[in-house]
Amino acid sequence: MCGKCCGKSEAYLKPFEDIMADFEGKESDLIPILQRIQAAYGYLPEDVIRELSERTGIFVTKIMGVATFYSQFRLEPIGEHTIRVCFGTACHVNGAEAIADALSDELKVPVGGTTPDGKFTLESVACLGCCSLAPVITIDDETYGRLTADKARDIIRDMYAKEGAK
Amino acid sequence: MKIVIGLGSCGIASGGLKVKEEFEKLLSANPNAGAELAETGCMGMCYKEVNVEIIEDGGRSTIYGEVDAERAREIFENHVLGGKPVEDYVVRSSYGENEHDAFFNGQYRYVLDRCGKINPESIDEAIAAGAYRGAEKALKTMTPEEIIDEVLKSGLKGRGGAGFPTGQKWKFARAPKADQKYIICNADEGDPGAFMNRSVLEGDPHAVIEGLLIGGYAIGATEGYIYARAEYPLAIKRLKIAIAQAEERGYLGKNVMGTGFDFHLHIKEGAGAFVCGEETALIASIEGQRGMPRMRPPFPANRGLFGKPSNINNVETLAVVGRIIADGAEKYTTLGTEKSSGTKVFALAGKVKRGGLAEVPLGTTLRDVIYGIGGGTVSGKPLKAVQMGGPSGGCIPADLLDTPIDYDTLAATGAIMGSGGMIVMDEDNCMVDIARYFLTFIQSESCGKCTFCRIGTRRMLEILTRITKGEGQEGDIELLEELAMQIKRSSLCGLGQTAPNPVLSTIRYFRDEYEAHIRDKKCPAHQCKALIRYEIHEDKCVGCTVCARKCPVEAISGSAKKPHTIDQEKCIKCGICKSACRFDAITVD
Repeated sequence: MCGKCCGKSEAYLKPFEDIMADFEGKESDLIPILQRIQAAYGYLPEDVIRELSERTGIFVTKIMGVATFYSQFRLEPIGEHTIRVCFGTACHVNGAEAIADALSDELKVPVGGTTPDGKFTLESVACLGCCSLAPVITIDDETYGRLTADKARDIIRDMYAKEGAK
Repeated sequence: MKIVIGLGSCGIASGGLKVKEEFEKLLSANPNAGAELAETGCMGMCYKEVNVEIIEDGGRSTIYGEVDAERAREIFENHVLGGKPVEDYVVRSSYGENEHDAFFNGQYRYVLDRCGKINPESIDEAIAAGAYRGAEKALKTMTPEEIIDEVLKSGLKGRGGAGFPTGQKWKFARAPKADQKYIICNADEGDPGAFMNRSVLEGDPHAVIEGLLIGGYAIGATEGYIYARAEYPLAIKRLKIAIAQAEERGYLGKNVMGTGFDFHLHIKEGAGAFVCGEETALIASIEGQRGMPRMRPPFPANRGLFGKPSNINNVETLAVVGRIIADGAEKYTTLGTEKSSGTKVFALAGKVKRGGLAEVPLGTTLRDVIYGIGGGTVSGKPLKAVQMGGPSGGCIPADLLDTPIDYDTLAATGAIMGSGGMIVMDEDNCMVDIARYFLTFIQSESCGKCTFCRIGTRRMLEILTRITKGEGQEGDIELLEELAMQIKRSSLCGLGQTAPNPVLSTIRYFRDEYEAHIRDKKCPAHQCKALIRYEIHEDKCVGCTVCARKCPVEAISGSAKKPHTIDQEKCIKCGICKSACRFDAITVD
């Protein structure tokens, strides 16, 4: 029934159990619980959502409704590194699109996609709030500001050079 | 001597932590330097991050800009050890005037008073600088009615955008009798291009907590929530620290300051939905639902969070409440204009020379902010327009720059005060493209509840997209206007009702630009890719081959020392060649 989790044993659900210990499981806990699950698993795995539903009595449809409404939640695993291209107004007027195009071309994935080697996920965000550094991207927790298309390509090439071949 | 590093998100993004590390290293290598390291929030000069302030024992201050590890070493060597400031990097100094002084001189820092001065993670520094004075006065010497009266007298209006009188809102929430009420801080700063609230939360979290405490006492709420954007991890971290400290000191929790009033504060992290800035959607989100607005009435003051009377205020509104009570309403009314009292914080960004946080008394003109504080455009090219109010606001053209910033005058221009985003655009920015940009945002953030917002904005976006692609048709402008009016009239919440504003205001002031796209198939700002062409001028090209090597799609060919040509079929119009050419041989039309 529950697909992966039966095969993946207790160890797989251990992070989930730890999270649930911190909550009463009320409906108003749903978003914080999903945030914690995503932080632990990198995304919202279907089997964990089913388990959450069993545990709290909140219908899977309801959980999915919430999970798909908010842009923070993802239902697919992500790459090793997440690149976020800021599309705030300041970045837009300073050429965010050219940065996104360059990254997309360099990585050969569209915005929203993950490279086949699982290294990078390319995302867009509405605004990172570092408007005076526009245009800005973040790679994981590192911020890169005042970019040009060229600089953006170089950052990726440098990372590949450091971490091994494409 | 004190070395203070500005570690707001901008500062950290610019490498502030590395600068801090460098100073730590220098200090441990020089234990007799007689200096201590401290950190603070955003100093406001985002365009000069990383900012480091050296405060000498006599109180003299020097602020350095664009500090990196290397500059940190120079500053340490010359100033900290040698007592001689490194003039080249100084952006503000009590030793003398500086070209950057204009950034601060035009400002009046009331809300931002403590931002960039205190360590936001130290309640002692906040208290020493005046935090919780207002709360003490309110809870110990005033009745809730007196507090509400004082806020009413101050003329404070909600700083989130709509500009509803705060005292009035509190009065409504005070009125109903209930076993439980809630006060909520809306820290879901979702407007792209706005970072005022983030800076206040990161730089002076106790001001917001104090505002919630006073507001809670005034309306009779013993529980408070701060609904913060998940994209602001540092703000959330500092809020958590501040709440724990306030609890420990008895400013939060049971029997606050011995007054018998209980007040508990919780943080709720948003999950990425612009519409949650709307109050009923925000409430739904705290309750664990999809963040969709609902019909009002009943207003949250009567039926809000968990069905109980609730009050919701913006970060900046709450951050100033403590000061209004402490200093008295009268002081606040001396700032600003008769109808719009007080100050407003703006996030000055886009193509402006000196971008950052600017707080000015209301009534200040746009020109004073953009040219006086901001120093004009960074490119030196003429300013074309300033966008205010984010996706709900509009573009104000250059010839209206003498408009005073107050609620009514701005509304008359077709823009709005909004939450404080102020994006400067120069002549290289296409206004049709800006309209399309905001509509793209609104379209993807529409919650989908109202048909006109959900489908109407999509139809508008399709029209705008086709105009920017050179496929615009006669009648498109009129169709956009018609759809806009229908969306404004038929949407339930503020997001939908204001969604067409960026389109309407650009049509109003830049209709000729729309017409150029539609009739002449030209983009006057040379931004819409489908309507432009890059060309190499034979007489200027020296055949240096730089452009050919830089072109990502190999669209440029030619042999060395001979003029090159661009294959228009292959060209993706990225503009890299033009910016790489040192001979001005490549033009765009």
